Amino acid sequence: MIDTGDTAWVMAATALVFVMSPAVGLLYAGLIRSKNTLNTFMMVIASVVVAVTTWAIVGYSLAFDGGAGGFIGGLDNAFLNGVSLEPLEGQTIPEVVFFAFQATFVALTTALVSGAIVERMRFSAFLLFAALWSVLVYAVMAHWGFGGGWLTELGTLDFAGGVPVEMGSGFSALAAALVVGARKDYGRQAILPHNTVLVLLGAGLLWFGWFGFNGGSGLGINEAGVLAFINTLLTPATAVLMWFILDYMRGRKITAVGAATAIIVGCVAITPAGPFVSPGWAMLLGALAAIPCWLFIVWRTSKTNIDDTGDVLAAHGIAGLFGMLFIGFFAQATWGGTDGLLYGNPELLLHQFIATLAAPAYAFVVTYILLRVIGAVMPLRATEKDEAVGLDIVEHGEEAYVSGEGAILVTGDGDPRLEEAVKG
Amino acid sequence: MKLVIGIVRPERANAVMEALFRADVRGYSVSRVQGHGGEQERVQTYRGTVVKMSLSPKVRFEVAVSEPFVQRTVDAIKEGARTDEVGDGKIFVLELAEAVRIRTGEKDEGAVTPVAS
Repeated sequence: MIDTGDTAWVMAATALVFVMSPAVGLLYAGLIRSKNTLNTFMMVIASVVVAVTTWAIVGYSLAFDGGAGGFIGGLDNAFLNGVSLEPLEGQTIPEVVFFAFQATFVALTTALVSGAIVERMRFSAFLLFAALWSVLVYAVMAHWGFGGGWLTELGTLDFAGGVPVEMGSGFSALAAALVVGARKDYGRQAILPHNTVLVLLGAGLLWFGWFGFNGGSGLGINEAGVLAFINTLLTPATAVLMWFILDYMRGRKITAVGAATAIIVGCVAITPAGPFVSPGWAMLLGALAAIPCWLFIVWRTSKTNIDDTGDVLAAHGIAGLFGMLFIGFFAQATWGGTDGLLYGNPELLLHQFIATLAAPAYAFVVTYILLRVIGAVMPLRATEKDEAVGLDIVEHGEEAYVSGEGAILVTGDGDPRLEEAVKG
Repeated sequence: MKLVIGIVRPERANAVMEALFRADVRGYSVSRVQGHGGEQERVQTYRGTVVKMSLSPKVRFEVAVSEPFVQRTVDAIKEGARTDEVGDGKIFVLELAEAVRIRTGEKDEGAVTPVAS
């Protein structure tokens, strides 16, 4: 039976989640050098259109078509076969709306992975990667986490995507950063964010969208969705405050890029836990989750050569893993979860722990192999020269910040040598 | 006393600064400029409008040096900026009539010699 209120909210939430992808585009574009602004943003746009398409063709079916307790769903809903205006069993919204809501998740998650390889991966190789990753990694893990797969069956609690979205993107990003390799200037030159306002705008817009991401995951107006919505306000707030403290202790300065990172850490941490923990525990979650993520970024940047450019592993992988484990301690049946360790049920912690082993392992291994295979077919990386010039000009023939000085209109009836240049 | 002007690719600017440092050349000014040279003009398309960019972004180094430093400054810029592709830039060496260090009022050779730190 379709409920109009539920349908209205989930459609609005779908639009909210959708805007998170361009928000990620702003965030990543601000973090990199100006010569790669468009390429970085285009990887996000490409992720959205590629992943939405693969989701309609096969991803949705593999994630949600039956296969209870299994590893992967079936193919009965491939090409949206049978996906209609009727609700699924146990739901109150048309299945097409459920499909669209879930589609915005795979679009966003695929875009997140691009953060690890911007400024050096070839665009065509990334298109192929995005298409395969959205099916082989995301759809499978979505089945585990909320498609009725083996983790759901086991009793692992994951509300809005700690498994497929956060750990899925974070640990895939690590594999991608390792296979594609660091930018050629990484560790040799200071590579600074070219526009920190874009970074803050992107993070702020992500937080805004996250109300739909978490609040909409109840698939209607219900206690789970409402609590997740409220907790999406609280957890990032305390995460950012803790980040302020950590930043201040280390450098005597509270940084803007740090605040942007902490907003995401907080939103990610509450993603799996939204309706399972009390608002009070949600605030503790934010403050605690900031610590391992902050430490990880300090360690990665100072002690390793892993060029996870957008810190996808720290902000999504580590924060998501932390949120998953936190549920095992602090979830409460009175607030809508299963009781955790603190409320006398150690078994839940075990179920959460299993997810934090299986999800990172699967995401890392499959992404690693996938990129190795693509790398055997076509070059993954831009040439050194192209990397130096910048991928905006090389890949797209456009620049983000053109002055227009010296630009001459090509009319088509001019110098034949010019015609040659246009043909390339 | 000469003024050495090096116009180089933006992506080589850091390498030029490293080379100058290794050559013990300390004081210089850097500015972003646009230039038109022998390199192929880049063609860009914006919503169907095709344009050729006839100006390329470059970075301009200006280094005032005393006579013994002229050649090593030129060599350092050359070494740092070179990629062997058309568009690597140019180096110009000009006579310098006078130089004044504003803080001390020192003139000429004294003004372009780095302060021992």
